[in-house]
Amino acid sequence: MSDVYLSGKFVGTVEDGEAFASSIKEERRRGVVSENVNVYYRHDTGEVYVEAAKGRLRRPLIVVREGRPLLTPEHIDKLRSNELRWSDLVRQGVIECLDAAEEENALVAFFEEELSPDNTHLEITPLSMFGLVTSLVPYANFNSAQKVNTGSKNQKQALGFYASNYLIRMDMDVNILHNSQMPVVKSMMHDISEYDKHPAGQNLVVAVMSYKGYNMEDAIIINRGSIERGMGRGSYYRPMIAEELRYSGGLVDEVCIPAKDVKGYKSERDYRFLEDDGIIYPEAQVSESDVVIGKTSPPRFLSSMEQYSLSAETRRESSVGMKHGEEGIVDFVLITENNEGNKLVQVKIRDQRIPEVGDKFSSRHGQKGVVGLIVPEADMPFTACGMVPDIIFSPHSIPTRMTMAHLIELIAGKTGALAGRFVDGTVFDSEPEEKLRKELLALGFRDNGLETMYDGETGEQFEVGIFIGDMYYLRLKHMVANKIHSRARGPIQLLTRQPTEGRAKEGGLRLGEMEKDTFVAHGAAMLLKERFDSDRTIVPVCESCGMVAIYDEYKRRSYCQVCGESPISFIELSYAFKLILDEFKSLVLYPQLKLKTKY
Amino acid sequence: MSADALKELKSALPDGIYRAVVDLMPEKVSDSKAKEIARKMLEEYERMKVEAGESVGLVAAESIGEPGTQMTLDTFHFAGVSEMNVTMGLPRIIEILDGRKTLATPMMEIRLKKPYSDGQDIKKVALAIRETKLKDIASQFSINVAESKVEAKLDVDKMRELGITDAVLEKALKVAAKGLIVDIKGEELVLRLKSKDSGVSDVFKLKERLKEAFVKGVKGVSQILVVKKNNEYVVLTFGSNLKKVFQFQFVDETRTTTNDIFEVEDVLGIEAARQVVIDEVYKVIETQGLNVDIRHLMLVADVMCADGKVKGITRYGVVRDKASILARASFETPIKHIINASLYGEADNLTSVVENVMLNQPVPVGTGITKLATKPVGKSE
Repeated sequence: MSDVYLSGKFVGTVEDGEAFASSIKEERRRGVVSENVNVYYRHDTGEVYVEAAKGRLRRPLIVVREGRPLLTPEHIDKLRSNELRWSDLVRQGVIECLDAAEEENALVAFFEEELSPDNTHLEITPLSMFGLVTSLVPYANFNSAQKVNTGSKNQKQALGFYASNYLIRMDMDVNILHNSQMPVVKSMMHDISEYDKHPAGQNLVVAVMSYKGYNMEDAIIINRGSIERGMGRGSYYRPMIAEELRYSGGLVDEVCIPAKDVKGYKSERDYRFLEDDGIIYPEAQVSESDVVIGKTSPPRFLSSMEQYSLSAETRRESSVGMKHGEEGIVDFVLITENNEGNKLVQVKIRDQRIPEVGDKFSSRHGQKGVVGLIVPEADMPFTACGMVPDIIFSPHSIPTRMTMAHLIELIAGKTGALAGRFVDGTVFDSEPEEKLRKELLALGFRDNGLETMYDGETGEQFEVGIFIGDMYYLRLKHMVANKIHSRARGPIQLLTRQPTEGRAKEGGLRLGEMEKDTFVAHGAAMLLKERFDSDRTIVPVCESCGMVAIYDEYKRRSYCQVCGESPISFIELSYAFKLILDEFKSLVLYPQLKLKTKY
Repeated sequence: MSADALKELKSALPDGIYRAVVDLMPEKVSDSKAKEIARKMLEEYERMKVEAGESVGLVAAESIGEPGTQMTLDTFHFAGVSEMNVTMGLPRIIEILDGRKTLATPMMEIRLKKPYSDGQDIKKVALAIRETKLKDIASQFSINVAESKVEAKLDVDKMRELGITDAVLEKALKVAAKGLIVDIKGEELVLRLKSKDSGVSDVFKLKERLKEAFVKGVKGVSQILVVKKNNEYVVLTFGSNLKKVFQFQFVDETRTTTNDIFEVEDVLGIEAARQVVIDEVYKVIETQGLNVDIRHLMLVADVMCADGKVKGITRYGVVRDKASILARASFETPIKHIINASLYGEADNLTSVVENVMLNQPVPVGTGITKLATKPVGKSE
C-alpha cells in the first residue's frame, strides 16, 4: 500500500505506488494527463507525490525508451523545415519537463553516446546546464568552474549596445560601446539570443607577453593606435532631472534663469548656457558647476512678516548643475509633465569615454585587468608580417587561474579571423582544438599560435615566439573618470567641521583608527597631529571656571559667560572635542578644563 | 681571568644573561680580552633595549592582532580517542585574553613520578584521578513512595575495580546529602531521609541529587586519557583540579600543568599564572602556523597579571584600571564612565595616547615624548 499525495495533500492509497507513478507518466506522455503534472515515487517510504501546483521549476528533457532517445533525426528534419514545433514534440511525449521531485526518479544521460538501458531521459543539450550569459563563454568546459562564473559576471558589466532606441531613452547611468562587434568565436547561445543585434565587445589582437612590467598584476597594455582608431571607445549618458514641485500655500518651483537677487545665486557665468526658458540648449559643452536647468524655489520657512509682504519674496536658488569633476555635452532635452501634473525637465548629458590608464577590460573568461600603459603604435612589438597587437596580456595571469579556454579562444579567434569565418565555441560541443590548429597551419601560420615578433622600440627580434591571436574583449563599466578623486582643501561638515565624506561631496580621505595606530607605532607623534588637524580650532577658555568662553570680534575682547571678566586663555583643540564638552553640558555635567603651560 | 674583569658586566646585565656570558667564556682568557668581551656584550645589550618613547603596547597589539585576522574560527574535531577535543584557534585566544573564569575545555596534563611514569600501576593511577559519581556505579534508581526511600542497584564488580568499599560509598553519600540513612546490602542500595515528614518531591529531588553525588576521584575530572609522550606515561584529563591532583603522592607537582589560568593563580601564584597565559596563547599561535614574537605575549601577560591577580583585557579588567576617563570612555560603555567620573569629579591629566588624539594634541609617544624645557628670564608682564 502506498500513500498518494496531490500537491502536498493526502488523497488516498494505491496498491502499487511505483506502478501507479509510472502509469501517470505514461498517461502524461500520451496526453491524457496534463503535461504540467509531475509525479514522484519515494522508494524508502513508498509514497507517491503528484504535483500539479504552479510555480515549480521544471526543465525539459528528451524521453528515452530502452536506451534509445525518442527524438529521432526525422523529428529534427521536420523541425528544420518548420513542419514540427516544440509544442508538438511535447504533445507526442518526445520531450517532457521534470520538476525537482520527479528528477529523483530519473536517470538523465548527458550525451547521447552515454545512453544505457537504465537511462530514462537524455539532456537536450549540455548547454542547458548554464544560464544565458554563462552560455556565452566559449570553450567554457575547458575552464575552471569558478572562472566560468566570473566570466559570465564580467559580461554583464560590459559596455555594449544595450538598446537600439537608446538615443531617446532616459536611462540612469548607461554606457554605449561605439563600435561593438559580434565575436569571431561564438557559441550557440549567441545565435539564439541574437547577439549580433546587441553585441558588447570587440575582437582584438592579443599578444601574450610581458611589457616592461607595466602589465604585472593583471594589468594590460593597450596600443594607442588602436584607441585612436576607435577601440573600446564609448559614450556615457546621465540624465539631469528637475521638477516644478508644488508646496503648501500655492507656492511652486519655477524653471527659469534665476534672478540676481535670489538666495544662493551662483554667478552669471554658471548660467551662461541657459536659454530664456531656463533650460540649456542641446550640444552645449558643459563642465563642472555649469547650470543645466535653472530653477528657483519658494523660501523654506515663511516668517510671519514675509507672508504678508508681497514685494520682498526671497526665493531660493535650486538649479540642477554639473557636479564636481563632471563634464559632457548636452545630448537631449525633454520637457514633459509627470503623473502629478508637475512640469518635468530632463536633460541627458553625454560624455565620450576614450580608454585611459586605469580603465577595466576583460576577456570572457574572468581574465579582467586594468589598463597599465598606453603605448604609441610605433613602440608596440610587431610580428614578421607587420601585425601589431591591440592588447598585451600578461602570461602570469594564466597558471593559477587555469583558464584554458582563454588560450583556446585565442587560437580559435586567430583561425576564424584569418579564414574569414565564425568559430563555434559552444560548451561541450565546440570545434576541436586539433582541427583549428590544422586549419591555422594550412593558412600559413604556426599551429601553436606562436609567431616571431620584434621589439617595437629597437627592432630586435625576441628570442622566443610570442603567443598572439584574436580574442573577444569586453570593456567593463568601471572607468577611472567615474571614480578618480583627490582633495587638498574642500567642503567641511557643518556640525563637526570635519571634511565631508565621499567622492560626490568632494570629501576627504579618512585616516582611520588602524592607520592612526601605525603612526603611533612609528612614534610619529607630530605627523599624527598634523593629520588630525582637519577640525582644529582655537577657543577661548576661562581660567577660573574652565569652560569655553566668548571672544567678541567686534569689541576685540573676550569674556566668560559665567564669571564675566576673568583671565582667559586661547587654546588649540579639535572642534570635535569642543562638541563633546557641549554635549556634556547638555547632560548637566560640568566639564572643566584645567589649564597649565604647555612647557 | 680575574674575577673583577666582569665586575662591570655583573652590575649592568640581568642575572640570567650575566651567567650565560660567564658560562660561555673560554677557559683561558686574558683580563684584557675578557674586558673587551664584556664591553662588546654591554654594547650589544644596550643596542637591543627598546628606546624610550617606543609604543611597545601598540606594537604588541598590532603584532598579535594582525596574524589573528588570519586565524580560522574553526575548532578542530578529532574522531577517535587518541586526542581530546580542545578549544583552539581564535576562540581560545579570546578566552584567555578576556580572562574567562569558566573555560570551554579545562584540561590538565598530569606528569607522574618515576616508577609510575614508566607505566607502573598506570590503570590504578588513572582511575584514582577520574571522578566517579554514584550514577557511574549504580543503576536502576527507583523511588519507593510508600516508605519514601530511594532504591538502586550497585555494580559490585565495577566498585571492586575502582576500589570503592561500602564504607567509602556510605561516607561519600553522607557528605553529598545531609541527614541521609544509607543501607548497603550486597547489590542493594537503599537511601532514605532521617526526617519523617519528607514528601514525594523531596525524595525525587534526593534521587536526582544523589545520581550526581561525588564518590571517588578528583572532582571535575570527567574524562582521562593516558598517553605516552617522550617515553613517559602522561595522564591528560578533561576537567581541571590542580589542588586535588597535587595531593596524590604519584603526581609530579613540578611538571603538572593545567590550562586554567585562574586555578594556577590560586594554587601556584601569579607568576605561574603569567607563564600559563604566555604558554597557552603561544600554543594556539604555533598550531595555527603563525609567527608572533613571544615578547609581545609576555607584555600582554604582564599587563594582565600586574595587579597580583589575573585580569582580562575587557572593560571589567585591564581597561577599568586605566587612569584616563577619556581613554576608558573611548573603549566601551562611554556613558557609564563619563557619569561616574562626573560623580566623583575626576580629572584626566591627558598622559596617554587616546586622550591626546581626541583633543588633537601631540601624543606622548615617539617624537611626542620630548618636551621643551624653558627657563623664563625675568617676569614679562
